[in-house]
Amino acid sequence: MSDSMNSKLEDRRHFLKTSAVVAGVTLGPGVLFFGVAQSRAPEEGASSNQRWGMLIDTTKCGDGCSDCVTACNTENGLTGHTGPQDSQWIRKVDIKDLRTGYVQSLPMLCQHCENAPCVDVCPTGASMKRADGIVLVDRHSCIGCRYCMMACPYKARSFVHEPLTDQNPEVPRGKGCVESCTFCVQRVDRGDKPACVEACDTKGHKAMLFGDLKDPESEVSKALKSSDSVEVRADLALHTGVRYQGI
Amino acid sequence: MAQQLCINQGECRTGQFFALLALGGLVVLGALFAFFTLEHHGHILTGMNNQIVWGLPHVFAVFLIVAASGALNVASIGSVFGKQVYKSRAPLSGMLALALLAGGLAVLVLDLGRPDRLVVAMTQYNFKSIFAWNMIFYNGFFAIVGLYLITLMDRKLKAWSKPVGYMAFFWRLSLTTATGSIFGFLVARAGYNSALMAPMFVIMSFAYGLAIFMVVQSSMYRWNGLRLDEGVRRRMKNLLAVFVGASLYFTIVFHLTNLYFAKQWEFERFILLDGGIYTKVFWVGQVVIGGIVPLILLFMPRSKDAQSMCFCFLAPFLVILGGVAQMYVTIVGGQAFPLVMFPGHEVQSSFYDGVVNAYHPGIYEWLLGLGGVGVTFTLTVVAVRVFKFMPQDDFQTLQARRSTD
Repeated sequence: MSDSMNSKLEDRRHFLKTSAVVAGVTLGPGVLFFGVAQSRAPEEGASSNQRWGMLIDTTKCGDGCSDCVTACNTENGLTGHTGPQDSQWIRKVDIKDLRTGYVQSLPMLCQHCENAPCVDVCPTGASMKRADGIVLVDRHSCIGCRYCMMACPYKARSFVHEPLTDQNPEVPRGKGCVESCTFCVQRVDRGDKPACVEACDTKGHKAMLFGDLKDPESEVSKALKSSDSVEVRADLALHTGVRYQGI
Repeated sequence: MAQQLCINQGECRTGQFFALLALGGLVVLGALFAFFTLEHHGHILTGMNNQIVWGLPHVFAVFLIVAASGALNVASIGSVFGKQVYKSRAPLSGMLALALLAGGLAVLVLDLGRPDRLVVAMTQYNFKSIFAWNMIFYNGFFAIVGLYLITLMDRKLKAWSKPVGYMAFFWRLSLTTATGSIFGFLVARAGYNSALMAPMFVIMSFAYGLAIFMVVQSSMYRWNGLRLDEGVRRRMKNLLAVFVGASLYFTIVFHLTNLYFAKQWEFERFILLDGGIYTKVFWVGQVVIGGIVPLILLFMPRSKDAQSMCFCFLAPFLVILGGVAQMYVTIVGGQAFPLVMFPGHEVQSSFYDGVVNAYHPGIYEWLLGLGGVGVTFTLTVVAVRVFKFMPQDDFQTLQARRSTD
């Protein structure tokens, strides 16, 4: 009796164990790769079903904090030097209201405009906007004329003044070409946030929200809907992808 | 006249010709040295930076390009408006236009961050970009003015000179309109963003081009020991005065318009009052040396001997200097004034926001910029030596016309 009971219990245990393994092997990858499935395949082009954007709450931006700048420099292989000929893709700007004396600090980067002046003026089309709204420079067709730098209302672009070494292979840069914030396109295409946003979150400020503006359920869309925000130089009607709260 | 020309090599001052050629060649070599150095080390060696992205090379390049279209004016007045005095000067005018454009474009191309990608610029066009349209206008200018020159210089094709001349006239108007619009279409910067830029560049091109034409013509006459007919001199003097006056008028309207817009006050204060070097270059260079003094020289009553100097060389020479000053104020001054991102706010950052941007042109910029002048100079020296560009005036007709003027 006890022998048969024991063997039945063993069978049941064996069955449960096997079932758990089968279920794990079947469902596990599905769960693991769910995140991967959300990002685009490399061969798939950017989609106009998405519009990447950012909301920056200046009231949460830490005074004296420049973690977003450091993270950007590390991610994109910039030196972090701040000479007049050095590249800066994101910078902290301190603004003081001349009438009230109210002081604020905010990160300024490429605003990824819908009607981007840099894209309009580029003679070769090297300055271009992806279907998902990210404004980039095609390193293969930029001739280094710098007309886009003249046209950008946000001074968001830099010209590479000298030969570069030790580049991040994911972020190709080159002497004689113009460059600017790419929203960390290499990360976004993997389903990650831009480095600056991640750094701001890590610091606990959570002043920068990034996401799909066309997805009503995205955090950034909900935040934009719940309170007022503005574009910098809204008078130019460029419909920027980056918006600010608190200024 | 013909015996005065340098067609018969025996009569030419070969030594002096080669001296001029060597001078021009040396300047061009300097530009090539600068180009190869920058190509190797990058623009780090220049005074240009991420705030002043267009510097001295662009000042020279845009000036030469604008003057190129203006230099064609003399030919246009002959072919389009049928003035005989100008018709006999049309070949020289066309040749100068081509030489000036070649000089300007050389600087523009040699200053590119990636000049090796010129073929990209010539094959990939973003038609929304006025810069791309400019490339089409520049290339077309070479083709059309080249054709125009052929019709002017080949007896068999003379009949075509009028229609081709018309085409060249409209093409050059479009070219300068497009060049002015490079600045006029910059919506974000206080110093640009004005529809006035296009017509202002057109009228300034008339003045700069004619001034260069007069300096070259004057030098050629002196070189050949000739004296320019007084009637011709008077016509050109009056025409230059009209163009210089019109350029001043546009300058006044441009700044008056800005002064009416409160948001432009700070920029106007910068250019007109406390912009340091830019204020000085504007008032002393553009307005006084390039405008008021030439007008005084052109209209000042003098003895006949003194007139030849001021009419044909000094006044236009000052207009040229004023033109370079104007380009410096427009191009560099426009960038030196801080970009206004947050109106009503004081701004500062590690990227030089909110401050007047400093620019100290280095030796390589000077070499590149002057190299453009060198290219123009060398091409002109060779062209007037090899071809028959000396104006061929019919003095009897001129005499008769003067008596009825």
